[in-house]
Amino acid sequence: MKRKEYAWAYLFVSAPILGFLLFAFVPLSYSVYVSFTEYSGYQPPVFTGTANYAKLALNDELFWKTMFNTFYSALSIPIGMALALFIATALNQKVRGIRFFRTMFFLPTISSVIALTLLWKWIFNDSYGLLNYLLELIGIQGPAWLSSEKWAMPAMIIQGVWAGLGINMVLYLAALQGVPKSFHEAAEIDGASRWQRFVRITIPCISPTTLYILITSIIGALQDFPRFQIMTEGGPNYSTTTIVYYLFQNAFRYMSMGYASAMAWVLGLLILAITLLNFWLSKRWVHYE
Amino acid sequence: MSSTLVGRSVRQRRKKAGEMVRQTVAYAFLTAGALVMAIPFLWMLSTSLKQQGREFEMPPRWIPEAFEWSNYVFVLTEANLLKGFFNTLLLISLPCIVGLFTSALAANAFARMDFPAKNVLFTLLLATMMIPGVVTMIPTFILFKEIGWIDSWLPLMVPGMFGAAAGVFLLRQFFMTIPRELEEAAKVDGMNPFQIFIRIMVPLSKPALITQGLFGFLAGYNDFLGPLIYINTPEKFTLQLVLASFQGFYTSQWTYIMAGSVLALIPTLLLFFFAQRYFVEGITLTGMKG
Repeated sequence: MKRKEYAWAYLFVSAPILGFLLFAFVPLSYSVYVSFTEYSGYQPPVFTGTANYAKLALNDELFWKTMFNTFYSALSIPIGMALALFIATALNQKVRGIRFFRTMFFLPTISSVIALTLLWKWIFNDSYGLLNYLLELIGIQGPAWLSSEKWAMPAMIIQGVWAGLGINMVLYLAALQGVPKSFHEAAEIDGASRWQRFVRITIPCISPTTLYILITSIIGALQDFPRFQIMTEGGPNYSTTTIVYYLFQNAFRYMSMGYASAMAWVLGLLILAITLLNFWLSKRWVHYE
Repeated sequence: MSSTLVGRSVRQRRKKAGEMVRQTVAYAFLTAGALVMAIPFLWMLSTSLKQQGREFEMPPRWIPEAFEWSNYVFVLTEANLLKGFFNTLLLISLPCIVGLFTSALAANAFARMDFPAKNVLFTLLLATMMIPGVVTMIPTFILFKEIGWIDSWLPLMVPGMFGAAAGVFLLRQFFMTIPRELEEAAKVDGMNPFQIFIRIMVPLSKPALITQGLFGFLAGYNDFLGPLIYINTPEKFTLQLVLASFQGFYTSQWTYIMAGSVLALIPTLLLFFFAQRYFVEGITLTGMKG
């Protein structure tokens, strides 16, 4: 009887487990090997030891620049999270039209990344773009956003924050609605101000959501590719070349699959390390009920 | 006694005034925010309806003097957007449906059945969500190249049919909330686990299945990286690839590029307006319990 149920259960889970083996475990293992080889994708891979990693660490200044750019682009995370929390808090003030506002902020989340990026490329156009036109109305001479080494990355960050607000706002709003009213009432009786209550009650109560958003955003942002491909193609002068963009170029343009795999592993381990660090630090600031 | 009464009413009035101020500030902030969200979309729409070249007029006209609907006709037909749309639909329907089914079956087992190594397998599956896609991208490409699937839709269709870890997770969360009594009764009636799944769990989980189906559809519809890596022949381009190629074909012809972008947004916007509830519930379900 038990045996039979086990058989059914294994049958049920077989497809995703097989998918895991074929499209995660096998590629992952193979990728370790490829990262120690020179491989064009056409000739068989040639084992070169740690040469790829040595080149990354010592002989490729561009790689370090892309590392810096990747973290620079991740500035969109704290900015976006703070804004999302503000918006969610405002929406939580029993305002009318909550559905309307929520929809407005949420729209980019379900929209095609390509369409939105093309739209912003047009908005950032230095001579005819909407942004510089609006800036001019208030007397500011806007920069040449996407063709300026200094302003291209800030432009990417602005677009990233705009496009990513919705999903974080929905998560925060749900978390805020889950904060027990009794906590606030008790603190109010004790004479706590609104701000004190926000800092001492609301923020700790929603901290699990903050951790969730932080971790998923970092994993997403460090691997962001399409926006960069459409908006800047890594330029001008590599100022928006992120690790993933550089990796993509190496793998599919220069056909250096081995070198690109080494890069992928450096990025993958970096993401893993940051995620673990986040979990470890979270013991100090995340409160579960 | 009267002084405390007066004090209380003053406090109440103050509180009420504070409430009003707070609400006003919240409205002002939200309205400003909604404008920041809406204006880019309006700009997109406005540009898409302008006559070729008129998008460079300064100051810009928000409402074009004549609506140039021919931009839309052009991008749909000449620029192959319609073809791309049908390609996308063909490509994603089957993986979406099959993937939903396999995910739900596995989720059902993880939520309701007992078997050796259950926790290990579930953890493994969850771990795949943590594996950065960039690490598996290159070896997966090599794998599909070896079996000759490059420049076909197969690499984009087949993996999804095995189910998605995120889907298994979301559906498992939902299945766990369904009361066990019905199932027990069905077991007594002699139904096997597959019959229980189809006749009891599926009908009770329609909202969660719709949510997961929508997520799958959305992810497939908006996918860019996959088609970019695997497809070279323009006839096989998905909608996103066709749209991205506008940059090269119609450089600086923003009326066409924006008309294409508007069209690319319409299907998902429609879906969202009809199924808003499922989106929001799905996101909070995975987000909260994660």
